[in-house]
Amino acid sequence: MKIKILGTGCTKCRTLEKLTRDVVSAGGFDAEIIKVEDIREIMKYHVMVTPALVVDENVELKGRVPSTTELKEILSKYN
Amino acid sequence: MENTIYIQKKIIIPVLLLPVWFVLYHFLQPATDWLIGSLFSLPAGTRFTEALRFFIFELPKVLLLLVLIIFFVGIIRSYFSPEKTRRLLEGKSLFTGNVMAASLGIVTPFCSCSAIPLFLGFVEAGIPTGVTFSFLIASPMINEVAVVLLYGLFGWKTAAIYIVTGLIIAITAGWIIGKLKLEKWVQDWVFEAGLGSEGEESTKTTLNERIKAGYNAVREIVGKIWIYVAIGIAVGAGAHGYVPQDFMASLMGKSAWYSVPLSVIVGVPLYSNAAGIIPVVSVLIEKGASLGTSLAFMMAVTGLSLPEMIILRKVLKLPFIFTFAAILATGIMITGYLFNIIF
Repeated sequence: MKIKILGTGCTKCRTLEKLTRDVVSAGGFDAEIIKVEDIREIMKYHVMVTPALVVDENVELKGRVPSTTELKEILSKYN
Repeated sequence: MENTIYIQKKIIIPVLLLPVWFVLYHFLQPATDWLIGSLFSLPAGTRFTEALRFFIFELPKVLLLLVLIIFFVGIIRSYFSPEKTRRLLEGKSLFTGNVMAASLGIVTPFCSCSAIPLFLGFVEAGIPTGVTFSFLIASPMINEVAVVLLYGLFGWKTAAIYIVTGLIIAITAGWIIGKLKLEKWVQDWVFEAGLGSEGEESTKTTLNERIKAGYNAVREIVGKIWIYVAIGIAVGAGAHGYVPQDFMASLMGKSAWYSVPLSVIVGVPLYSNAAGIIPVVSVLIEKGASLGTSLAFMMAVTGLSLPEMIILRKVLKLPFIFTFAAILATGIMITGYLFNIIF
């Protein structure tokens, strides 16, 4: 799967990126993680609050950092 | 079945904790007196005792208030989202739009790092720039943390004055920005086609999730600001005990005409410490600073922030940012002078 973290570099965005990397490696997910910082790219996903988590072009989360369990559940849907 | 038990637990715990909260809050004063008088057996009236008493009483009081209010604000906010706010603002005329945008700014969850996507999202929906700015001004200025601290340390009247004047400033400043037609100073790429404004969410939020949002808000906000509140109250406690009465009268008093603009200039770079600044200001007032000057200072700290202006630079050209800052600073100064004259 292809995971995109949308965020312009705020603290929460970095937290989400780190959490995603941790969950992906701990859960053995086959995923490519891309950090999207360009605001024009971000706006293509119609999010108004950052950070956002996009998995295979679907916006799964916006404006908040999920718990490890919640993130695992989201990623499991795409496995 | 398991799910229902889970939901009930989520609802029952806060209901059980509420009486505990009230007992704690109610016995804070006697507990502080007992601690100071009997346990530490410190003589009343000395500088050190009064500073310590201030700290031991005010810190738990403010933290208790923050936990309670932010929990409920978290639940209320789960009913609002930037998407919903945008939908409500679409097609509203300038003045009505400004009033609604400023009011929605209080309840819509929003952090300044999202200022750009939010601004763009509003532009896509055709919401006028002036209306968007009423939102962008009100949202950080009238936030729950500032209101709780004002209520806890100054009383409900000052908290109400702060909310009402904050709303008036946000409405008027946004309205003026709209009238000035500053769109020419928005970066050109913003209005380029291709961004689109769909992406509505239709998921239903359950009560369980709303209560969870309350917990999350407490964990996230109180977890982040408690240290600033503690430092602010510690500095305030020191000033409460050791700074002589009327010390601030010459610097931040009514008669010092320069105190209002000075407070605004000092307040702008002090953005992220709004939680720490209010306890200090409460003591400044006690030591002779006037209400108007103190209000201007707090509004400059919370409403006019340097980091946010730097973020907005990505979508706005410099003249727009200067005009925005000038209008807001003028509004805050007028408020400061007005309250210095009235009170």
